[in-house]
Amino acid sequence: MKSIYKHHLFWPLCVLAALLLFNLFYSPDFFSITFRDGHLYGSLIDILNFGSPLILVAIGMTLVVATSGIDLSVGSIVAISGAVACLSISKASDQNMLSLILLSVLMAIVLSLLLGVWNGLLVSAAGIQPIIATLILMVAGRGIAQLITGGQIITVTSDKYAYIGSGSLAALPFSIFVVAAVLIAVTLVTRKTALGLFIESVGCNPAASLMSGIRAKWVLISVYMFCGLCAGIAGLLLSSNVSSADGNNAGLWYELDAILAVVIGGTSLNGGRFYLLGTVVGALIIQTMTTTIYMIGVPPEITLVVKAFVVLAVCLVQSSAFRAAIASRWKTRHYPGEKEITRHVS
Amino acid sequence: MFLKHKYVPILVTITLFLAMFAAGSFLYTGFFSLQVLMNLFVDNAFLLITAIGMSFVILSGGIDLSVGSMIALTTMVSASLVQQQGWSPAVVIPLVLLMGAVFGSGMGAMIHYFKIQPFIVTLAGMFLARGFCYVISIDTITIDNAFYTNVAQTKITLPGGSFISISAIIALAVAAAAIFIAHYTRFGRNVYALGGNEHSALLMGLPVARTKILVYTFSGFCSALAGVVFTFYMLSGYGLHAVGFELDTIAAVVIGGTLLTGGVGYVLGTFFGVLIQGVIQTIISFNGTLSSWWTKIVIGLLLFTFILFQRVLSARRSVLKQ
Amino acid sequence: MSDAAPILQMTRIHKRFPGVKALSDVRLRLYPGEVHALMGENGAGKSTLIKVLTGVYSVDEGTVELEGVPITVHSPLEAQAAGISTVYQEVNLCTNLTVAENIFIGREPRRLGRILWKEMNRRAEELLKDRLNLNIDVTQPLHMYSVAVQQLIAIARALNISSKVLILDEPTSSLDKNEVDQLFQVVRKLKSEGLAILFVTHFLDQMYEISDRVTILRNGEFAGEYLAKDLSRLELVQKMIGKDLNMLEELPVLSEGKLDTAGEELVKAAGLGRKGAIEPFDLSIRKGEVVGLAGLLGSGRTEIARLLFGADKPDTGKLTLGGGRGTIHSPRDAIQQRIAFCSENRKTEGIIGDLTIRENMILALQAKQGLFKTIPRKRQEEIADQYIRLLNINPPNPEQLIRNLSGGNQQKVLLARWLLTEPDLFILDEPTRGIDIGAKAEIQKLVLSLSHQGMSFVFISSELEEVLRVSDKIAVLRDRHKVKEISDKDMSQHTIMQAIAGS
Repeated sequence: MKSIYKHHLFWPLCVLAALLLFNLFYSPDFFSITFRDGHLYGSLIDILNFGSPLILVAIGMTLVVATSGIDLSVGSIVAISGAVACLSISKASDQNMLSLILLSVLMAIVLSLLLGVWNGLLVSAAGIQPIIATLILMVAGRGIAQLITGGQIITVTSDKYAYIGSGSLAALPFSIFVVAAVLIAVTLVTRKTALGLFIESVGCNPAASLMSGIRAKWVLISVYMFCGLCAGIAGLLLSSNVSSADGNNAGLWYELDAILAVVIGGTSLNGGRFYLLGTVVGALIIQTMTTTIYMIGVPPEITLVVKAFVVLAVCLVQSSAFRAAIASRWKTRHYPGEKEITRHVS
Repeated sequence: MFLKHKYVPILVTITLFLAMFAAGSFLYTGFFSLQVLMNLFVDNAFLLITAIGMSFVILSGGIDLSVGSMIALTTMVSASLVQQQGWSPAVVIPLVLLMGAVFGSGMGAMIHYFKIQPFIVTLAGMFLARGFCYVISIDTITIDNAFYTNVAQTKITLPGGSFISISAIIALAVAAAAIFIAHYTRFGRNVYALGGNEHSALLMGLPVARTKILVYTFSGFCSALAGVVFTFYMLSGYGLHAVGFELDTIAAVVIGGTLLTGGVGYVLGTFFGVLIQGVIQTIISFNGTLSSWWTKIVIGLLLFTFILFQRVLSARRSVLKQ
Repeated sequence: MSDAAPILQMTRIHKRFPGVKALSDVRLRLYPGEVHALMGENGAGKSTLIKVLTGVYSVDEGTVELEGVPITVHSPLEAQAAGISTVYQEVNLCTNLTVAENIFIGREPRRLGRILWKEMNRRAEELLKDRLNLNIDVTQPLHMYSVAVQQLIAIARALNISSKVLILDEPTSSLDKNEVDQLFQVVRKLKSEGLAILFVTHFLDQMYEISDRVTILRNGEFAGEYLAKDLSRLELVQKMIGKDLNMLEELPVLSEGKLDTAGEELVKAAGLGRKGAIEPFDLSIRKGEVVGLAGLLGSGRTEIARLLFGADKPDTGKLTLGGGRGTIHSPRDAIQQRIAFCSENRKTEGIIGDLTIRENMILALQAKQGLFKTIPRKRQEEIADQYIRLLNINPPNPEQLIRNLSGGNQQKVLLARWLLTEPDLFILDEPTRGIDIGAKAEIQKLVLSLSHQGMSFVFISSELEEVLRVSDKIAVLRDRHKVKEISDKDMSQHTIMQAIAGS
């Protein structure tokens, strides 16, 4: 019993369940799923479908956070990736050509990988703090995305491209399969090879990792590269879902939602242990929250207020200073230095 | 060794500004005029005010992501109180300034007492302030109060025929005050000490808690003041005002030569950082064919150059010490 | 000198931490106009005593009297206000501020809230010139100056708060000869002005050069207070690290009965050196040999270990591996060439706190094998169980997080991590520091039994007795020089201590 309570997924799943329960009472048709033209429709399906890009970005962010880093540029990469793919498709005369779609998707993915490498190099080779290093691409990336789209919204009329983000496979949205594939792949790579161990080790104690013979620099570069890749795929899903690319608004605030999802999922911003499934649940919580607020008729922008309180609550729970303050309210702090030491000793 | 090391980044910033202004003057007729220079202040008054608050935060080793939202919230609260509730601007303006300061000090207290990263706390602050805007209203509230429109339209003519707005004067006054605070008061020096080495500052007996909380209070106040100025500029309150503005602000501070890790930099540098952003926009508008997104790309490039440049400087410093 | 009353007196000081007795019945007397040295090895209790004195720690038992009045200070600030100032080894100033600011910040001269920079700079210049004989540009940021000057400025700041007692905590460990001389000139001047100075150090020469009186601590206990001129070097070293000479013969010699291992040469360092760390030295390590490094703290022991492992880059000389296997450029190279290094900094360079015992154990082996040759989970568990039993690790649960273990058990996990890589040469830096007697003996035995099987060791320890027990050959270090190499027949505590003492 105790082990269930202590499992890292326990609290995130509780929150998700509570959200769903709320919906069960408040808006019963939240759970209704209908079948039409070979597609499933319903709020739950929508959450999965609209949540997919966020889940992807958050998965990439999880590994970056595990190395005690952060990637602020994901939102910009989402915009760039969608813009590149849509531009390349819109230029063609036959927008439904399979080779064209594949080439465009490949181009977007390679570019996202390169942008990830750029971040990784700044962090590992140049030794710049992650939050500062990725800020550069966050600012410039928006401009690059707008440059690609020419400041316009590029629309494409390609059923094949639209399939990625809005098509159905076995009655379920295709995007769910993309997310599942990435999730399975990254789980295999991190848990079946030693990469996961190395990431956690570098995030927790870089000096000791180096002394143990781990190539910390390569670990960092690969993590940022993967984060770029995830953001790139998310950009494709997003742009294909609406069959257009918007350099201005695509992926706006994604970095913040992704970080939030990672933190809710139980991965600490100080690095170390990471929980991919926790992140997925975290992203689902955010998406469910958005959908719920939308369903009950409150202006969707209010989500921000709720998010603010979630961020604060999660961080306060993770803050040892806060817990100590609660635990020893009555104790006066005579020797601040000593407390520090006893904490280190124990 | 004639040039003091610590002045190198700020001199680079000033030189860059002069070079860009000169380049604009060569390329476009009508660029080289006092009015163009004055317009830099008129159009960027709110950026200057926010960036000055942000400078203190970054100098202390922190960051404040809530500034853009705070501006939006200020416009929203002002507009709703003045326009919908009919309050007098004389009450509303001090009230929103107080609101900004209190909001900032709340974030500062959380950062200091619960040891949560400034990034996260101010991120929550950003969500919260933006969310409150929509609690007030989702739509734009246009202001037609006489005081606001008067301030917005007042042009103060300078000798030589050029003019400047009241907002620009407020911004310049804030800049002057901030330079004094940063360099001639204990609070200012404590901010530098805190950004240099928090542990040492504590052992040297400096009031770390008070300084840290005050820094965020000041930043909150500055963004609220920028919000007031922004209200003059836009004559409306809207939840989507100043979206992404925190990035412009941080960029201005970094381009101004302030080290993002804290402890090194000048308010004067931020002043020129803001002007550089203004010049880029002016050049782009004079050109007419260049699109607005080039601003972001150029600023990104400048950010990259400055961050790398500072990194090299600090690397050389640690080699020198050996 | 000693007719005057002590200005500061600490009596019967006791201090316990959870599981550790840091200080027991320690005393200290400081006289005005005297330099008093506080000596002892790592873990002797020097820094705990200073932290008690400056109010960082509370006292469990005992009294502190300043000018005859009992005092209790709760923080370094209170200590400062009472007249006890400390200059730490890691200079606690803000290097981004100017020299003048570092002296005056918090107490800047002001008029109407406005800082008077000119006045401040003038006063800073005067203070440095008059009291410290230092002529520098006080408007430059502190990072422009060497650590030595920074230290003097820290002293200037302390003086500006009108101190009665000045504590210098290992001020010389990162200074060169000239800088030390400069510092000592200042110390002498301050002493003549009537200040009581507590000088914490582990350098014998410097102690004799500057101190009038010395207090020695060992294992948290008071080991004596002497006038410096009455204490010979050998006696001092004995008090710090040795057992009494007459007890020597009773020591069991564990290294007895060992195979005569004139094995092939494994590692050879020729003229290897690094500026500011260790002067060029020669060292040869044979197969199955245990090479002890003896010397006081800061004598260059750890620095040699880091050079051998490729963790630092040498400026001079050459490191060659036996059998023509080339040299080493990084820890990764070293591991590939079957060299292991268990660092003395267990927390910062050893354990990965968030990971389990099992994961910590396999880390180096996995890194050596590379990303894709993953050790199967089942094999990992076998390994963990095997080493938990072999090394008697407690709790015997491989899934326990390593940060929840005691120091001794963490150390055993790290030993397991390196043993798994099957090293030919295992460098152990203070492997038994801060762990209990039982675990200590187990680790010593392990070293011996493995060396019998042909593994070579470099064994570093502050406890001479321990080095003697396990080593076939001992290199003695003093002040960053390798001064002597002693093998089998001449190995006795006496000869080694003589070499360390330099007498």
